[in-house]
Amino acid sequence: MNTIIETKDLKKYFQIGKNRIVHATDGLSVTIGENEIVGLVGESGSGKSTFGKAVVGLHDKTSGEVWYKGELTPAHFTPADYKKYSTEMQMIFQDPYSSLNPRMTVLEIIGEGLHLQGGFTHADIKEKVAEWLRRVGLQPDHMSRYCHEFSGGQRQRIGIARALVLNPKFVVCDEPISALDVSVQAQVVNLLGEFRDTLGISLLFIAHDLSMVRYVSDRIIVMYLGALVEIGKADEVFFHPQHPYTRLLIASNPEADPEYERKHPHVPIKGEIPSPINIPPGCRFAGRCPEVMDDCHKITPKLVMKNDSHGAACLLYA
Amino acid sequence: MKKTNNSNVLEVKDLNVDFSTYGGTVKAVRGVSYNVRKGKTLGVVGESGCGKSVTVQAILQLIPMPPGRITSGSAKLNGKEMIGLSPKDINTIRGREIGVIFQDPMSSLNPTMKIGKQIAETVKVHQHASNDEAMQKAIALLEKTKIPEAAKRAQQYPFEFSGGMLQRASIAMSLACDPTLLVADEPTTALDVTIQSQTLEIMHALQQNMGMSIILITHDLGVIAKMAHDVAVMYAGQVIEAGPVDDIFYRSSHPYTLGLRHAMPTNIEGADRKLMPIDGSPPDLFKPPAGCGYYARCPYAMRVCEKHNPEEFTISGKHFARCWLQHSSAPKVEGELFQIGHTENA
Repeated sequence: MNTIIETKDLKKYFQIGKNRIVHATDGLSVTIGENEIVGLVGESGSGKSTFGKAVVGLHDKTSGEVWYKGELTPAHFTPADYKKYSTEMQMIFQDPYSSLNPRMTVLEIIGEGLHLQGGFTHADIKEKVAEWLRRVGLQPDHMSRYCHEFSGGQRQRIGIARALVLNPKFVVCDEPISALDVSVQAQVVNLLGEFRDTLGISLLFIAHDLSMVRYVSDRIIVMYLGALVEIGKADEVFFHPQHPYTRLLIASNPEADPEYERKHPHVPIKGEIPSPINIPPGCRFAGRCPEVMDDCHKITPKLVMKNDSHGAACLLYA
Repeated sequence: MKKTNNSNVLEVKDLNVDFSTYGGTVKAVRGVSYNVRKGKTLGVVGESGCGKSVTVQAILQLIPMPPGRITSGSAKLNGKEMIGLSPKDINTIRGREIGVIFQDPMSSLNPTMKIGKQIAETVKVHQHASNDEAMQKAIALLEKTKIPEAAKRAQQYPFEFSGGMLQRASIAMSLACDPTLLVADEPTTALDVTIQSQTLEIMHALQQNMGMSIILITHDLGVIAKMAHDVAVMYAGQVIEAGPVDDIFYRSSHPYTLGLRHAMPTNIEGADRKLMPIDGSPPDLFKPPAGCGYYARCPYAMRVCEKHNPEEFTISGKHFARCWLQHSSAPKVEGELFQIGHTENA
């Protein structure tokens, strides 16, 4: 499989005051293959969205590199870079209510990218927007409407059409389904899977619904407090988690099966994700880990691969 | 589920709620009946806009009236009618006999008031306690919901709490007067799975210790499976299927309940199936359909479904479904949905 995205020790810090630095994404090295869906999971505050935004250039990188198809992307995107990469990388946002401009019609929202790229007549843009509205399951005559006239699921489809109208090869989906009802989530997830198959795009699917991530993804990356804790094929990570954090995260996910829930009473993970400001050395999960050892507070664990696809950053396996 | 007896804390019967708007009248709740058993949890599940929250909010007079209006129906709390109570009378029930937890703890607490004081206020109003007593009680309540360093935390403002801690504080507040019924409206929707699991565990433990009943409103079938003893599935302002939790999950009898389950992935290794979304959207409740609300989206819709609203057909015991397929002269459906719905029986 050819690699489309490769990050090397990607870091994004935010300075929020004197000597106070938020280590949002702290050194991630991952690859995403062509035509692959990679799921990214973790609690809020684990740096998932920051990572996604840094990859597509919406955040400047503090350090580290992002390679797109063997080409190093700039650390700071200029308007010209955005224009260049907008036909390659796109993003779908979490909240379909706040990510669409209420004062623009659907035609303006979806057509804006084409307009900014240039080289399209008004009729071309209209035709393309109509085509994409059909592809995401809406009607072409919806293009003259404003987004307040649509339901959450329909708005998310508009967001998908806006991202895909420029034919990108790689799309970051930042919690695209968490604001939607269960029945609508399935529609959006199936739609994304379909576009992967028909358009050959790669997706970074950020979400906190583990069952849904397992369902859509080929591989899963688990993040905790800015760092990668586990990576592997979706079923490997979900059914045979290595890292204690992944195990607890998956056990926290309630199954829609009362019998199973009665038979598997589980002890919730204790505490909450600590502040990402001025992180102490050692394993970031040490404070909440049920299997913590003395060394965990001193040594920062490195990713140890169990086989060529599955690995965890935990001293249990070092 | 219709018989009146002492084991029910809350009995809602044929409740109808309308909202008058510029666009016309929305029939948000259309004849909802359900019972909450003593010491048990009733899970109410359904999509946004199905009326699951409005039903309890109307009973507690938490919706502005007008535009809201209860057109008919009754809701008896321990045999006492709640519909039509004066604002003063309902105030003695709210907070004392019925505690409420809302979805977004950040917006349901006063941002300018210390957590402890907010909880103490409830105690003071309902139990006429002194300031000191009320504060002591508030701290004890925070401890009950496993907030570490409760005395110190009581002196903090909501913005100093994380989402999970805030939700615990609102649980503490709702429990201030040992309510017989706790209404939890999407209590964990805004939380991470790990924090959700902690919060549900706390609610579960409190129910065991204090013996209160819970109405748990959610759209997450996983949460329902974990917490509920009885389930009511709502759609377009009606309860379309209800019964004990095992019946709802292992003997689902309404195509909508089945549809919801098939729209979610099952986590069985090596047994993947494609998710089946429910196409279309719920009916417009400005003009509720004459027949079954699910008619337009139902893969098994028959002619009768369009014009006639199905009654409650008993499947077994307390399990019923509002679906014409359950009528004795309806064709036997062995569609894919039903196949899967019944083979997962444990």
